Amino acid sequence: MWGRFLRQRLLQLIPVLIGVSFIVFLTMHLTPGDPIEHMLGQAGRVTQEQIDELRAHYGLDRPLIVQYGLFLGNAARGEFGPSYSHHGRTVRSVVAARLPATLELTLFAFVIAIVFAIPAGVIASLRPHGLFDRLATVGALLGISMPGFWLGIVLMIIFGLQRHWLPISGRIDLALIPEYVTGVHTLDALLTANGPAFWSALKHLALPGVAMAAPMAAMVMRMVRSSMIGVLAQDYVQFARAKGLPETTVVGKHALRNALIPTVNIVALQTGLLLSGNMIIETVFQFPGLGKLAVDAIAAADYPLVQAVVLIYAVSYVLLNLVADALHAALDPRVQIA
Amino acid sequence: MLKLLLANRVAAVAGLLVVAFVMVAIMAPILAPCDPNEQHPEAIRAAPFWRADGDSRFLLGSDSLGRDLLSRIMFGARISILLGVVVVLLTLLVGTGLGMLAGYFGGAFDAVMSRIVDTLLAFPFLIFALAIMAATGPNLVALVSALAFKGWVDFYRVARADVLAAREADYVTAARGVGASTAYILFSEILPNIVPPLIVLAALRMAIIIIAEASLSFLGIGVPPSIPAWGTMVADGRADIASAWWIATFPGLAILTLVLAVNLFGEGLRDALDPRMRQ
Repeated sequence: MWGRFLRQRLLQLIPVLIGVSFIVFLTMHLTPGDPIEHMLGQAGRVTQEQIDELRAHYGLDRPLIVQYGLFLGNAARGEFGPSYSHHGRTVRSVVAARLPATLELTLFAFVIAIVFAIPAGVIASLRPHGLFDRLATVGALLGISMPGFWLGIVLMIIFGLQRHWLPISGRIDLALIPEYVTGVHTLDALLTANGPAFWSALKHLALPGVAMAAPMAAMVMRMVRSSMIGVLAQDYVQFARAKGLPETTVVGKHALRNALIPTVNIVALQTGLLLSGNMIIETVFQFPGLGKLAVDAIAAADYPLVQAVVLIYAVSYVLLNLVADALHAALDPRVQIA
Repeated sequence: MLKLLLANRVAAVAGLLVVAFVMVAIMAPILAPCDPNEQHPEAIRAAPFWRADGDSRFLLGSDSLGRDLLSRIMFGARISILLGVVVVLLTLLVGTGLGMLAGYFGGAFDAVMSRIVDTLLAFPFLIFALAIMAATGPNLVALVSALAFKGWVDFYRVARADVLAAREADYVTAARGVGASTAYILFSEILPNIVPPLIVLAALRMAIIIIAEASLSFLGIGVPPSIPAWGTMVADGRADIASAWWIATFPGLAILTLVLAVNLFGEGLRDALDPRMRQ
């Protein structure tokens, strides 16, 4: 049953990904920025011959539709050819070098958002319109109304510049980079039992992580709160109370489990937004991840690199939704899969 | 409806705040103490008036070119609000129109549209906007297209779902029975019934568009630099956060206040228009 569900959903992915790749391919090629000119920008005098040679080298002299076909075939194998702006390196190696940083930051922000939002939503729901609920509601509204780049800068000013508690840019103290295992600094530091490196990496994650997590925490908190209020009013919750079960069991087991069902979708959707939000946050904090890579690649008209990054974002977004649907089905027996 | 909205004190205050922002934007040339682009080389990075080193000519201080921050914030409201309104109206019209057609007729059109919508939903908006804007350089036409590119999808989905439900409703069957034309049924019978959720969505979308525009301007690929815009101002102040925190802080505070007011107003509107959403 699950096999069929997954197969079907993965098949549905294909037209979406072809659509995304086609849009990216077209916009990148029909716009005036010429990668060859960008590449030769500082090179001084070059002959037309050299330009043509480069164009042929990168396959840019072929018809658009052929270029797209080649691109699709290669993309399916994870090959995006050489990067235009990182000389002598393939897109694959450039992306692979940056991916762990973004995964680390996104996961960190995700954990902050969840760890903060679910308990806050539950506590707020226990006494609607009580003091905690009001504070949490105002906090959540601020969270969704604040531009992420500005929150990042304000955090930098307060905690980095005025208090000197936390670093305001980079991933880790360059002198403390742990031995390479996975490329995820905090994990590598743990695996090699390198305390100072772990602490440094964690401190570097703190501000961008919080800035990234804020809108997600706000949305998830609101969802948990409103679905908990709905669930707590249900008969079976009243019944569990009447049976004399302790309130922690009633809230934590009977109510929360059911309240989390609608929350799963919001979490998936918000995680997708986290991914696109990291372009801005990584730029603000000079965090060397995929988001900053994308911003830089666009400025340098590095088509293959941009295409690769957009596809990664799109695939992860669609996969997140798939995971959400699967979780939804697992949590809620009423949902029929396949 | 207006009564309900006014009864909700928070929403009423938020609505007033939105009106105040609009008034400031319209009357910026009269209200602003300085020309927003006038540089005062003798007063670069002047502090806000309440600080000991403040300059009373510049209530909120001045930026790295000696331009008055308060005046620039007032003028910045113009482009934020204007773009928000234009983009939301555009996406509202396109999304609602397509959504109504897909919901009413279904069939091949609906199937094709749902593929397109799936694709757009999987598309990271910001990176697409970045690509367009990086290629064309900061200009308003490209900015509106980038912001509208995916924005119509929400309206499409609401309109489609509501029309799908209304198609089978008794009043539509009745209209069909007396021989009303399809266009009449769509626009005179169904449309008035699906307007409330669309209005609420429009208000909430406005908040999102204002933030999106500010984000693009912050990255230097939104509003052209010659027009004062809040996102650009925050970016300008970024280099000086250690010595002059106010340059980046105040324009962001303006974004936060306007977006917060729009959100609160939109939520109040939802409560007033849709009794089911009331808690």
